[in-house]
Amino acid sequence: MNARSVIVVGGGLGGLLASLRIAASGHRVQLFSLFEVMRSHSVCAQGGINAVLNTKGEGDSVEQHIFDTIKGGSYLANQPPIKSLCEDAPGLIGTFERMGVAFSRTPEGTLDQRLFGGVKNRRTCFAGASTGQQLLYSLDQQVRRLETEKQIEKFEWWEFLAIVKDPNGRCRGIVAMNLRSLEVRAFRADAVVLATGGFGQIYSPKTTCSTNSTGAAASRVFQQGARFANAEFFQFHPTAMIGDDKTRLMSEAARGEGGRIWVPRQAHDRREPLAIPEAERFYFLEEWYPSFGNTVPRDLASRAIWKVTREMGLGVAGRDQVYLDLTHLDSHQVETRLGAILSIYRKFSGVDPLSTPMTIFPAAHYSMGGLWVDFEKDANTGGLRANSLRNHATSIPGLYACGECDYAYHGANRLGANSLLSAAFSGRVAGEAVSAYVSGLEQSVESDSHAAFDAEIRYQNQINHHFIHADGEENPYDLHRRLGSMMMDSVGVVRDNSKLNETVATLVELEQAFARLKLGEANPWANQTLAYARQVFDMVKLAQVVAASALARDECRGAHHKPSFEDPAPEHSQAGHKDFEAFRQRWKDNNQKWLKTTIADYHPDGPRIGYEPVDTSLIAPEEPRDYR
Amino acid sequence: MSSPDAPDVRSEIRSPDLTTVPDGAAGDMVESLFTPARNNDIFDPSDEDAGRTERVVFKIRRQDDPFSAPYWQHFELSCSERDNVVAALRRLRTNPVTCEGERVDPVVFDHNCMEEVCGACAMMINGQPRPACSALIENLKQPIVLEPLPKFPLIRDLLVDRNRMFEHLKHVQAWVRIDGPWALTGALGGAGGTQKETCLRVSQQQWAEDYLYSRCMSCGCCLAACPQYDEGQDFVGPAALAQVRLMNAQPTGKFDRGERLHRIMGQGGLSDCGNAQNCVRVCPKAIPLTTAIGELGRATTVQALKDLFGG
Ligand SMILES: Cc1cc2nc3c(=O)[nH]c(=O)nc-3n(C[C@H](O)[C@H](O)[C@H](O)COP(=O)(O)OP(=O)(O)OC[C@H]3O[C@@H](n4cnc5c(N)ncnc54)[C@H](O)[C@@H]3O)c2cc1C
Ligand code: SF4
Ligand code: SF4
Ligand code: FES
Repeated sequence: MNARSVIVVGGGLGGLLASLRIAASGHRVQLFSLFEVMRSHSVCAQGGINAVLNTKGEGDSVEQHIFDTIKGGSYLANQPPIKSLCEDAPGLIGTFERMGVAFSRTPEGTLDQRLFGGVKNRRTCFAGASTGQQLLYSLDQQVRRLETEKQIEKFEWWEFLAIVKDPNGRCRGIVAMNLRSLEVRAFRADAVVLATGGFGQIYSPKTTCSTNSTGAAASRVFQQGARFANAEFFQFHPTAMIGDDKTRLMSEAARGEGGRIWVPRQAHDRREPLAIPEAERFYFLEEWYPSFGNTVPRDLASRAIWKVTREMGLGVAGRDQVYLDLTHLDSHQVETRLGAILSIYRKFSGVDPLSTPMTIFPAAHYSMGGLWVDFEKDANTGGLRANSLRNHATSIPGLYACGECDYAYHGANRLGANSLLSAAFSGRVAGEAVSAYVSGLEQSVESDSHAAFDAEIRYQNQINHHFIHADGEENPYDLHRRLGSMMMDSVGVVRDNSKLNETVATLVELEQAFARLKLGEANPWANQTLAYARQVFDMVKLAQVVAASALARDECRGAHHKPSFEDPAPEHSQAGHKDFEAFRQRWKDNNQKWLKTTIADYHPDGPRIGYEPVDTSLIAPEEPRDYR
Repeated sequence: MSSPDAPDVRSEIRSPDLTTVPDGAAGDMVESLFTPARNNDIFDPSDEDAGRTERVVFKIRRQDDPFSAPYWQHFELSCSERDNVVAALRRLRTNPVTCEGERVDPVVFDHNCMEEVCGACAMMINGQPRPACSALIENLKQPIVLEPLPKFPLIRDLLVDRNRMFEHLKHVQAWVRIDGPWALTGALGGAGGTQKETCLRVSQQQWAEDYLYSRCMSCGCCLAACPQYDEGQDFVGPAALAQVRLMNAQPTGKFDRGERLHRIMGQGGLSDCGNAQNCVRVCPKAIPLTTAIGELGRATTVQALKDLFGG
């Protein structure tokens, strides 16, 4: 076999596992990241990673995991990839354990598991409350080992700017910028994997994501012709701590461990929370969803909080905030199992959650949508065909995507602790697929002409030149702030068509504002403003896709909620009742129309929105989501 | 703790008490000199400048590139009660005007997570190495003096190159050697299976000990504080040593125990530590670095005897 060279952009869970897998197939890997890979956003994940191990005597099964994931995503995700995802989860946990991840243990010394939202069984493996950190570090260590063996070469502090295509439209490398010297350089590769994470920063500062989750890289390849899917599906996490620089996540584990969400029954009740008697507290999730209570899926919880605060006016102290209460729980237990989030809360608010209920509100958290990627179904198993070079291939040949920047596993809403799983799993699958792809290539990129590479370098340098020398009045930080508040307001927890129409227009104005930019510094060394301004521009381009996709979809599904198209399950009516069955029929009719993947194609005048059918070959959409 | 003359509350809570929580909650607390805010006064983010009243002076050490001379600049910013240093620097970059009214280049610094878990934002704050995102303004003495971490090559302003840390992790082989990143079918199920057996059994006690070390975020604070660690020196430093402690305890990592010990027995290894205990005092993750160093000392002694007499 000929060793080929592959570029992996992104060193989070997805990118690192892809790199390891490609190296294991004998190919060379060049790994690019904005900073040391161990500081990637994956490090923030607290709660855990799902895998059915059935160690709690609850009869948990892989079939149940598949069903929960499909239904949790409102049937919008293609089912074969989900099947393989859930089947491979236990094996992935084993791989991580072999790499040395300090998963939390039961008294018998076996893997412990906890409860997460949208699920009735304990299925979530965790490492204290720093699971993402532990998983990422284990991969980081393996990559470091392979660096010493010269199988992986790292390019940290390099920013991906564009892919380079050959005359046949195949991706044959990238152009990247050194974030210190600002040098713009081309790198050849037989294939490229993008694993650049999500785009929560388009909702800044009301997001739980790191500052590097901008989506700029995905936006760049979108603008170069890669299709984008389901952009309108963005998850708002119900329990984020209030803050003006960032809203920090209070993990779903807090509810999994017994945390209760409530507001005073009476608006503007000024009493200290613990002075309010039980009877005067409104545990709205428990009342509205008796069977799941506080562990309903995130989209429902976020909307419920939106409703009690924005519509019913019951926010604590009349503001956008509700209580997340741990004070009734055993403090030793809570401390052991949730120590990391308690410490974040104490540190950044000065309040101890063990003695005073926390105040929280929904914030932008996870992008279900992302770069469109293909898959090949195995006719025998109904899952993914192993080693198919179609798996995780974007619409540009030779360009693959994995991790949060793809759209593949979560449909309209992601279940808690399923994304570390999908990031890791998709990294492995993409690694296998790209290995198969490059092994089958007839000609290595080394023999390609340099014209296309040189042209892209020139183009990117021109953009830099424009940004550095533009002499207008617009400040990139201010543009970002405007973007974030507009997106949160109109493409957030609830959406409305007339507002979305306005937003689509305003986003075009925001894009045009870049012609009147003023960077404020021309230093040619480690100029952070330049890199930032370029990212904000590409975020605006991506936000246009999000807004256009949201405008086009006239229904309520998972995280995408338009009250004017809402058709809730009839109250006091269960399956079998006349009302419920009529509702089920309406729901099915709506699926005829809207159970489709949104596909956005780039066009200079704005994204073009189309649709593609969803593969529902495993579980037919018969059951509307109903978590009452 | 945060201002130099505040009582040092950290040194007391550093010693690893394995019967309590290993998650660092207690150890991570920064003792506030102010009374904690009441819950209902929570900052209202919808009102951007609400509560941002206090004028705070920052004195920032600047340097345009690795080769030019450093200089100081003063900035005055309005800050709210719950502001941290990263939040303040982020606001400053939108309009970097000095106390003298001069418009200057934005201050260059590193940050990602803003919740003290990525390790990017470590810098010297009032003379102490610490992550800037968890340094609350209200606990800091003014003017707040910001400098880059020492011991690492400077890039620009508050940004340094911590690559040496990662080279040292390579040197001590801070990893578990695994055969490959695939599932071992049969051990934990594999495709189509559910769990039959778990690979490893680890007692809760051992887990708690290992977990302490597994949260090192390579921020470099301990190295900034260590008198023995410096650019011209070989010493791998306490962070890498602690990783040796961790890897050597790991069920599979144990297999390469001897090799790792040998790596730290020579020059630049364990014996370069002068036992000044600075490292353990500044580690934001309360990692018991000196405990690890002590344990490694005993382990290397045993290893040296083994090397002499075989076995
Ligand atoms: C606060 C929080 C808690 C979470 N908790 C959980 C949890 O408990 N369980 C769970 O399952 N999921 C959780 N998630 C979600 C999960 O963490 C992410 O979905 C997942 O980590 C994404 O991994 P990734 O590999 O796709 O990308 P990331 O980890 O985001 O990595 C992106 C990488 O891309 C690089 N990059 C980006 N742009 C460029 C560019 N232009 N050039 C070069 N490099 C670039 C970056 O340097 C980085 O290395 C949480 C998310 C948040 C926000
Ligand atoms: S104890 Fe050793 S490693 Fe720690 S600061 Fe002192 S000399 Fe450095
Ligand atoms: S040991 Fe502590 S101070 Fe040192 S790098 Fe790790 S987290 Fe930072
Ligand atoms: S920004 Fe990540 S530790 Fe401070």
